[in-house]
Amino acid sequence: MKNGKYLVLGALFGIILTKSEVISWWRIQEMFRFQSFHMYGVIGSAVVVGMISIQLIKRNRLKTINGEEISIADKKYSHGTWIGGTIFGLGWALTGACPGPLFAQLGSGVGMGAVLVMILAALAGTWTYSALREKLPR
Amino acid sequence: MIDFLQQPWPWYVAGPLIGLTVPALLLVGNKALGISSALRHVCAACVPAGIPFLTYNWRAEIWNLVFVVGIALGGFIGYQLLGHPDTIAISPETVRDLKAEMGLTDFTGLLPRELFALENLSNWKGWVFLVLGGFLIGFGTRYAGGCTSGHAISGLSNLQWVSLVAVIGFFVGGLLMTWVIYPRLF
Repeated sequence: MKNGKYLVLGALFGIILTKSEVISWWRIQEMFRFQSFHMYGVIGSAVVVGMISIQLIKRNRLKTINGEEISIADKKYSHGTWIGGTIFGLGWALTGACPGPLFAQLGSGVGMGAVLVMILAALAGTWTYSALREKLPR
Repeated sequence: MIDFLQQPWPWYVAGPLIGLTVPALLLVGNKALGISSALRHVCAACVPAGIPFLTYNWRAEIWNLVFVVGIALGGFIGYQLLGHPDTIAISPETVRDLKAEMGLTDFTGLLPRELFALENLSNWKGWVFLVLGGFLIGFGTRYAGGCTSGHAISGLSNLQWVSLVAVIGFFVGGLLMTWVIYPRLF
């Protein structure tokens, strides 16, 4: 199965998110109240390591394991970047989760029913955005 | 080693490992780390309803859905198999403030049971935290073009100024909820 490697990488990513407790509502509250360095340390060091890695890939023109070129699409700006970002932030502080942690929470089995409701609501949110997309400021 | 795996991991172990996921996905298949897109692919696969934004070849993005299934599997391994503390060691100031401001009493578990129980759907609190909260995540991330993984980790790592704008938005929203809206909810 050619997608098997993504299952493995996803599982490793899920284990890291879970063991570092960034999937916990308590940790997110601590972060937004500036009462612990934990979340800032996690996000900050992740970005530094990611940045160095991408620079190394670009400078050495590394290819994928199958010999394909590596290219990363630029993110495009629209007013949605900050409006949508702020809307997401409101939801992040409410649920204490972003999309990745929602799925890790589901797997953890903690409060499964409640987590399932949040995931279904998130799908409804994405669907509603898609339906209204043309009418929203961009 | 086993001992270490079972303890909660400190930021200086977890953060760099999360960062390494970015080059791992690029080197394995030229994929950019991003999870909120999976929500769009599920909508496109299940309820496209003729919406242009949901009419595309989502099958080409199946790797993203497989990655998300992996995350759930990782949640199971990390929490149930590798073990977890009964109470997450958050700062005493946070405990004090949550007791005083939100009236929380049970600090055990990954999520506060008093807020994240299915039974809460019988009152407004459950609808705000579970339904509205989830909805804002799905709506906001797609409108912004990414979430904490796509913008904060992947985007900032690739020096995208657009992602910096998005991340500032994430924090403006989060701080607004925590400092302005929460005190009015409780």
